[in-house]
Amino acid sequence: MGKQSNKFLKVGFMVISLFAVAACSSTSEPEEDSMGDETASSSSSDSTPATTTAVSTSGQLTQDEIAAQTALRQTVFYFDFDIAEFKAEDRDTLTYHARDLAANPGKRIRLEGHADERGTREYNLALGERRANGILNYLIVNGASRSQIEVVSYGEERPDQNGQTERAYSRNRRVEIQ
Amino acid sequence: MKTRRTLVAVAFCLLGLAAFAAHGELSIQITKGVDNPIPIAIVPFAWEGDGALSEDVSQIVLNDLEQVGEFRALSRDNMLSTPHEEQDVFYRDWRLLAQDYLLVGKISRAAGSQLVRVQYEFFDINRELKLAGEVLTGSVAQLRDIGHTISNVVFEQVTGTRGAFTTQILYVVADYISPELTNFRLEKADYDGQRAQILLESQEPIMSPSWSPTGLDVAYVSFETSLPRIYIQNIASGQRRQITNYPNINGSPVWSPDGSKLAMVLSKDGSPDIYVQDLTSNQLTQITHHPLIDTEPSWSKDGRSVVFMSDRTGQPQIYQIELGASAFEVERLTYDCFQCMKAAFLPDGVNLVHVRRETRQNPNYQIAILNVETLRVITLTDTSLDESPSIAPNGSMIMYATKFNGRGVLDAVSIDGRVKFRLPSSQGDVREPSWSPFLN
Repeated sequence: MGKQSNKFLKVGFMVISLFAVAACSSTSEPEEDSMGDETASSSSSDSTPATTTAVSTSGQLTQDEIAAQTALRQTVFYFDFDIAEFKAEDRDTLTYHARDLAANPGKRIRLEGHADERGTREYNLALGERRANGILNYLIVNGASRSQIEVVSYGEERPDQNGQTERAYSRNRRVEIQ
Repeated sequence: MKTRRTLVAVAFCLLGLAAFAAHGELSIQITKGVDNPIPIAIVPFAWEGDGALSEDVSQIVLNDLEQVGEFRALSRDNMLSTPHEEQDVFYRDWRLLAQDYLLVGKISRAAGSQLVRVQYEFFDINRELKLAGEVLTGSVAQLRDIGHTISNVVFEQVTGTRGAFTTQILYVVADYISPELTNFRLEKADYDGQRAQILLESQEPIMSPSWSPTGLDVAYVSFETSLPRIYIQNIASGQRRQITNYPNINGSPVWSPDGSKLAMVLSKDGSPDIYVQDLTSNQLTQITHHPLIDTEPSWSKDGRSVVFMSDRTGQPQIYQIELGASAFEVERLTYDCFQCMKAAFLPDGVNLVHVRRETRQNPNYQIAILNVETLRVITLTDTSLDESPSIAPNGSMIMYATKFNGRGVLDAVSIDGRVKFRLPSSQGDVREPSWSPFLN
């Protein structure tokens, strides 16, 4: 079981790395973002340095390091309606976040859980916390320390987008790493 | 028959310190009335002083009675006479106009003071009988209170139910200033949205306002420290204190009927559970123990049990537990809905007001009443994002939050669903109404 998930992770990293490299090398072709919203936006070619600064001995970033930097730039994770578990496609990104926390014990983050406006406010407050806790537990299992992470739920009180559209709702069901 | 009574100034005199007029006052629109309202003639009260009065007392009474939907006031233009006291009342004038009831009155300056005297008399036309009458004395600023007090008398004389026109509401307003800045306000207003005052203003969310049984204090959740914590604030003085500082969610504060305890939701041990905190000893008692979500507590009328929502079976349903009972003695109250949430008993202790989503396929959240003995359900609203129902202290109406043209507004509906009125907001999202107890 452990070995299998290791293998899965490795494959995952390679796939993401390839995407990242592909995206970085093809920024002049904006149509080519068939990978979906989140991957496309998180692998955009902006040159701001990532939070981790590990550099390989050759002075060049390894593919894994590029993938890590790309992953760490993704700090918002979206959820399906009435679902508290993060999406499978975010697993590898969150693994990088966990590794980054493990490698930087002084680093502190805040997980902010949110819900869309459907359903009651108190229930949504609890749902936001459940979502954030799901990510909290995953980060801890993958090496982060509990003391590095604060969790707060805002429920439906801090929407990312106002409005009663499916699109607004899907943007509001989220956990943000701050 | 005429009695003299000086209206006690409510918070307003004391409030010189912290009484900001809110930006946008709410004003009522009647969206649905009954088919056969009771005809009542309200003659404009005579003003025997100098200048003009700032408030039209008889119009306040008229608005009150029409807003609850059970009355229809005769147009002033159609009146055959305009008496202001009993000796000028001719019952046949009003029988000809098919009126059942008549209210007359006059207002004068109290001798040698700034106060005004409002004298009113209320008649049953068919029985040719004076039902009530008195003189109320107060300041000009209290004319609205005097009007609402007269409405209470008329309402109770006709319906037998105590009027709730001198009650107030709490609610939260969210003003979106910019994508980064939202201004949250906790406000208090008359039940009809008039005379709104800001109790708290913050750039962090404010949630779950609730009245103490005396109406003197409010409890709410504020994120002002960046974490949700429970506070109690005295309305008159503005003094406030933080009640909780537990890890994770501190939410849903609700006073016990005797005011000695606060039910709340804490997730300090991992998942939200219902707790009760004694406000004198600060002793905390855990009421529910479940790894899934328990929230939205409300007290039974006798204060011996708590109704709450839990998604322990997968979706939110309503449960009830007696204080001191074991975790196995939880009684489930709802079965026939996809989601049933935010429940509270009407004063009769049998009918349970709640938010209901009927099926998974139907995305609408509506206000409904479940009779827990007959299991009959009445859905009261037909909009899609209705929540936060709060019951008037006389049990006659429910105020709730809904969306209109994309904005949060407060609506009210009678418990039989026949009457609706809306308090539109001029600014921001209005939400989470909380109806006060009787304040006099």
